Amino acid sequence: MKDTVDSYVTEDGRTIGKVLMDMKNITLRFGGVEAIKDISFDIREGEIRAIIGPNGAGKSSMLNVISGFYNPQVGEVWFRGEKRPPMKPFQVARHGIARTFQNIALFEGMSVLDNVMTGRLRQMNTGLFAQALWWGKAQREETENREAVEKIIDFLEIQAIRKTPVGRLPYGLKKRVELARALAAEPDLLLLDEPMAGMNVEEKEDMSRYILDVNDEFGTTVALIEHDMGVVMDISDRVVVMDYGRKIGDGTPDEVRGNQDVIDAYLGVQHD
Amino acid sequence: MTPATPEGALHSIPALLARNVAQHGSKAAYREKEYGIWQSWTWADVAEETDALAMGLLDLGADAGDHIAIIGRNRPALYWAMIAAQKIGCVPVPLYQDAAAEEIAYALEHCGARFAIAGDQEQVDKIADAREGLTTLEHVIYLDGRGLRKYDHAAMTSYADVQDRGRASGLAARLAERTAAQDYDSTCVMLYTSGTTGRPKGVVLSNRNVIETSKNSAEFDDLRAGDEVLAYLPMAWVGDFIFSIGQAVWTGFCVNCPESEHTMMTDLREIGPTYYFAPPRVFEGQLTSVMIRMEDAGRFKKWLFDHFMEVARRVGPDLLDGKPVSFGDKLRYRLGNLLVFGPLKNTLGLSRVRVGYTAGEAIGPEIFDFYRALGINLKQLYGQTEATVFITQQPDGEVRSDTVGVPSPGVELKIADSGEVFYRSPGTFVEYYKNADSTASTKDADGWVATGDAGFIEEGTGHLRIIDRAKDVGKLADGGLFAPKYVENKLKFYPNILEAVVFGAGRDRCVAFINIDLTAVGNWAERNNIAYSSYQELSQHPKVLETIEGHVNAVNASVADDDMLSGCQIHRFLVLHKELDADDGEMTRTRKVRRAVIGDKFDDLIAALYDGSSEVYTETEVTYEDGRKGKITATLDIRDAKVLAKREVAA
Repeated sequence: MKDTVDSYVTEDGRTIGKVLMDMKNITLRFGGVEAIKDISFDIREGEIRAIIGPNGAGKSSMLNVISGFYNPQVGEVWFRGEKRPPMKPFQVARHGIARTFQNIALFEGMSVLDNVMTGRLRQMNTGLFAQALWWGKAQREETENREAVEKIIDFLEIQAIRKTPVGRLPYGLKKRVELARALAAEPDLLLLDEPMAGMNVEEKEDMSRYILDVNDEFGTTVALIEHDMGVVMDISDRVVVMDYGRKIGDGTPDEVRGNQDVIDAYLGVQHD
Repeated sequence: MTPATPEGALHSIPALLARNVAQHGSKAAYREKEYGIWQSWTWADVAEETDALAMGLLDLGADAGDHIAIIGRNRPALYWAMIAAQKIGCVPVPLYQDAAAEEIAYALEHCGARFAIAGDQEQVDKIADAREGLTTLEHVIYLDGRGLRKYDHAAMTSYADVQDRGRASGLAARLAERTAAQDYDSTCVMLYTSGTTGRPKGVVLSNRNVIETSKNSAEFDDLRAGDEVLAYLPMAWVGDFIFSIGQAVWTGFCVNCPESEHTMMTDLREIGPTYYFAPPRVFEGQLTSVMIRMEDAGRFKKWLFDHFMEVARRVGPDLLDGKPVSFGDKLRYRLGNLLVFGPLKNTLGLSRVRVGYTAGEAIGPEIFDFYRALGINLKQLYGQTEATVFITQQPDGEVRSDTVGVPSPGVELKIADSGEVFYRSPGTFVEYYKNADSTASTKDADGWVATGDAGFIEEGTGHLRIIDRAKDVGKLADGGLFAPKYVENKLKFYPNILEAVVFGAGRDRCVAFINIDLTAVGNWAERNNIAYSSYQELSQHPKVLETIEGHVNAVNASVADDDMLSGCQIHRFLVLHKELDADDGEMTRTRKVRRAVIGDKFDDLIAALYDGSSEVYTETEVTYEDGRKGKITATLDIRDAKVLAKREVAA
C-alpha cells in the first residue's frame, strides 16, 4: 500500500500528501531484549497516524526512535526523502519534530505561559547576554514569540490559566498545556505519547477535538500512541498495530478492525 | 459630559457615533482582550469598521427595514455589527448565545431575518440547524473562522471579507443616504424577551426610546467619557444594549470585552471598571467565595478581617451617603481601608467603581450592605425590556436594600388597586413585533405599561418597593399579605441555603422547603469532620438541620419587623432530600422556582408540614442528565421554628 499514490483526499476533505517519514526495517535491542523487531511503516504529510498495541508491545520505543531518542541497531529512518543519520533529540527537534510525554514533563513551578514559551526555544537566536539585558533584538524576538504563543493559547482555549503555575492545574489541563508547548515549536510532525491516558470521557472528547483541529488548521502531521481504541479509530487516518515488538497490522481503522491478528492480540489468544 | 449639540441632529446611534468621532475621535471606544493583550479601537476606528461592514451588507443586498440577527459572545465586532445594521436602516436583532437551536430557529423565523452574523463555529452550527425549513435566511456572516474552512461557503462569508467587499464597493453615497434616512422614531433594535411564559416576544425599541433613556440615565449618574465598563452580560439582554451601545455612544465611554467567559474575573481586575452592573447572583457568588477563603485564613488575618468588617458595616454605608460620622470612626475606617477593604476591593476588581448597579432579582440586604460597607457605591434599579431598562433607580445618598429607588427621570408610576405597578416613560417600547394582541394587553392607549410585579410606593421617601410577581402575591387565611419571594430571598442570603420555597397562600401559617448549598455545607462538614456519603444524608444531618433552624429563626425575627409582612414568618420547615432541578421541571432554565410544580410534586410533604407530624417518608422521581429516570426515597425530619408574636397590622 505504501508509495502507491503521491497524494489523496480523505472523505472529510483533507489532502494527505507524500511520505514524510519512512521507517525501514527497524530493529531496536536493549541488551538481549528485542523491543522492536524489523518494523517498516511510513507517515504521510498531513495525516493522523496512530500506533496501537497492548502493554509492552514497543509503542513508546517506536515513538522514541522517531523522535531520535533511541537509535535502532538495524534499519533506516528516512525523513523528507533523505536518510536520517543518528541524531540527538535536540537535532531532531530542529528538523521540525515535537512531542508530548506519557508522564507529563512540564516545569511545575512555572506558569503556563512560561512553559509554552519554552517550546519556542528553536525560534530564539539571540545570545544569553542580550536576553538577560532584554535589549534590541532580544526584546523584539520575545515579542514575536509571545505573539505566536498567545495564538496557541487562544487556539487551545487556555487563556484563563495563562498565569497559573502548572503545578496547580488538574491533570487534563496539564496535558493540554503540554500539547500547547509542543505546538509552540511549530512542528511539521507532532508526536503524542498517550495524549488521552488517565482522562475522563469529556476530557478525551476535548483532546480529540483539539488534535483534529491542530491537524486541520495548521496542517500538522500527527503520530500518536494511544490505548483507547475508540478514540484511535475515530480520529486517525491510518493505524499501525504492534504486538511483542512486531507489526501485526497496518491500514485504515476499518481494515485494522477486521484483521484477525489484531483481534487475537487484543482478545488474548495464545501465541506460539 | 453631555455635549450641547442640538437634539434634532442626534436622532440615531450612527449620528451619535459621528458626533463622537468629531469630538473625541482618537479616544478608545471599544477594547477587547485578545492574545493576552488589550486591543483598542478608537471612535474613528469604529466609524471606519462599521462603514465597511455596512457597505458590505449593502453590497450583499440588504434592504432598509431588514432584520439582521446577531449571535455570539460580547465582542466589539458584534457591537459594530449592530451599528452597521442601523447605518443602512436595518434592524439589529441580538439573540442569546446560549439559546438552543430551536429557540434560534423560532426567532429567525419570527423576525424573518435575511442575514445572520455569528460569532463562531458553535453559533454557525446552530444557525445551520435552524436553517432547515427556513426560507427567509439568505446569508450567514461569521467572525471567527476557526473550524469553518470545510463548510459550504455558498451562503456564508467571513466578517472581514464582507468588510473588504464593502470597502471595495464604492457604495459610500448610498450608505450616507440610508443613514440620513433614519429619524427619531425609526426602529433602533429589536430584543426578544426571555419568555418565562409562552413564546418569546420581540420588543421593538425606537431611537427615541434608546437615546432618551441613555441620556436620562447618564445624566442621573453623571456618566461621562472616561468611564470604563466591562461588557460581559448577554448581548441580547436590553441592559447590555443600553450600557454597551446606548450609553456608550451617548457619553463616549469605553466598552471593554473580556477574553473569554472564563477569564471574566481576571479581566474585571485588569480593567477596574468605573461603572459596573451585575445581577445579584454575581455579588452573592463573590461574597461566598470571600467568606469561604477567609475561613481558611490564619487566625490573625481572620481577626483583622472580622474586626474591620465590623467597623465597615457600622460606618461604611453612612460615609458613602455623606452622613456625619465621628472622627474616631473615620480614622478607624481609613485604617481598615488600608489593611482590608482596599486590597479586598482590588482583588474583586471593584476598586474604581463609581456607579455600580444590581437588578433582576432582589438582593439580600446583608450582601448589599457588605459591598456598600466596603465603600462600593452599589445601587439598585428596577426595569424591564419594555421600558428600555429603567423604571426606577436609586439616587446617590438614598440607597437602601429594601427599595428599588425613585422613578427614573421622565418616568411616571402608578399602582393599580390590585397592587400591580404600571409605568409610562420615554423609553416605553413601540410594540411587540407581529403581535398586536400582546401589545394591546400590555400597553394601554395612554401608554401605561403593566409590569407584572406587585409593589407599593413608600410614603415619605417616594421609593418603590417591589414585593413579588403580581401573580404570586396572595393572602393568608387571616387576610394578611403573603409574599413568598420576600421571605425566600431572606433565607437564600445564608450561604448554606441554596433555594427556599415558602407555602402559605390561603392557609393560616407559612411553611418552607429548604435546599442546602452543597458547596458551603460540604465545606463546613469537611471542616468539622462530619462524614456523609450523599447529598441526601448531609441534608438530614442533625447538625445541619440545627444550623438551618438557626437561619430560619433569624429570618423570622427580621420578617417580624415588617408590619405588613409579619404574617409570613415560617412556622415549620424541612430540608429537601434533593436539589431542585430544571431537569425535573422544578425550576426554569434561568433557575427560578416553579412554585406550582413543586407544590404538586411534593404535596405529601406539604401535608406533613401542616398536620404536625415530626417526620415524613417520601418517594421522589428524579431525571438524570442523560434523560433516564430513577426514584429516591427518604425520611425527612420536620422542624418547628421560633415565631415572633404578630404585631398589629397597619393598613
